[in-house]
Amino acid sequence: MSKLKPQKEYEKTKAFHFFRWLSGSKDPYLGEVEMKPQKEWKVEESTIQERMREKQMLRDKVYDVEHNDKLIFFHKVYAIAAIFFCIALAGLLLYTVSYLPETGAADRPVNNEVPARYIENGLQETGAVNIVTGMILDYRAFDTFGESNVLFVATVTVLILLHTNKKKSKDGKADEEPENDRIYEPKNDAILQAGAKVLVPIIILFGIYVILNGHLSPGGGFSGGAIIGAGLILYLNAFGFKKTEKLFTEKTYKVISFAALTTYCLAKSYSFYTGANHMESHIPLGIPGHILSSGLILVLNICVGMVVACTMYTFYVMFRKGDF
Amino acid sequence: MTIFQLMLMGFLIVCAVSVSFSKNLLNSILIYMSYSLVMSILWVCLESPDLAITEAAVGAGVTSILFFATLKKIHAIQIEKEVKDKEEAEREEQSHE
Repeated sequence: MSKLKPQKEYEKTKAFHFFRWLSGSKDPYLGEVEMKPQKEWKVEESTIQERMREKQMLRDKVYDVEHNDKLIFFHKVYAIAAIFFCIALAGLLLYTVSYLPETGAADRPVNNEVPARYIENGLQETGAVNIVTGMILDYRAFDTFGESNVLFVATVTVLILLHTNKKKSKDGKADEEPENDRIYEPKNDAILQAGAKVLVPIIILFGIYVILNGHLSPGGGFSGGAIIGAGLILYLNAFGFKKTEKLFTEKTYKVISFAALTTYCLAKSYSFYTGANHMESHIPLGIPGHILSSGLILVLNICVGMVVACTMYTFYVMFRKGDF
Repeated sequence: MTIFQLMLMGFLIVCAVSVSFSKNLLNSILIYMSYSLVMSILWVCLESPDLAITEAAVGAGVTSILFFATLKKIHAIQIEKEVKDKEEAEREEQSHE
């Protein structure tokens, strides 16, 4: 058990010195540092008047479009030059594109041994009928993991930028804005609510279908997650924040994102550990064409889908309210 | 390349040009939305349905919703409404006179 030391003994310890240096009350080179309260910054009246005069002068002499010849000349040259550069750039790009080989031609530089291997052995090695998903989540799964992390970092950045501080809202002034934002919602829009009642379950079901069938049909984690996120946003628009808060809070977002990214990381680490050099991975690939097949791809698809759906919804909530 | 694809390409160019020329921000977002939708049809024509689904969900759905939310946040939609209200009020005054 640790005991609290008396004040005189505590002042001799290194921790005391460190925290004294950290708080800035004593500097090891300068000695005691006196803390002075700063003067409040004020703008003198003469400077304001001078600024107003300069602004007026700019408005009267420089930005007088009708009488300033140089400005008229500049505007004309600027417009002509902008159009000229746009056309030149478009022409240059089109000229370059004309040298590209035709779509689907046999002698394209892309047609080397890598896609041949993917197409010939993809079904056998990954068990996914949809070769694109097999490529994204098996051969190139490490890239997809990086993509999921990029999306997560983007959400964290949005959270940092748009999250309103809850402590400020207690003062009274900042409290009004989120309340105002709730007033803007069309809470009792009958058409929107009736449409949402029919559409939201279908949209979310379709998203789940796209995620679960990612290895069989077009789609996958990212697109299915985006569809589910769009459905959640529609529900939020129709019925307001109070109903969605029952289902989805900041804690839900944190838990789902963390769990999904960790599962992805662990599953892919195992797969790389055992399968990257064609060793036996003990994960059955199943019969191609069944829902429960293609090994880890289904799990990875579900993880990516959950992260993307939560991210889309969180983006929208942050933009609207700045808070969950 | 079929005539249908060429028509879609032409529509893409028209959309891209008119986004920058429209003066109303709300209109340009709607045009951008239709650009994404046409693009997703083109992806289907180019035999990549995976990209088509993603383009329709992200480009036409979520991105434009985020643009709308941003417009609301910077009160760009609200201001237009106020301007219209003012114009209507002036018209009513003139008609009363």
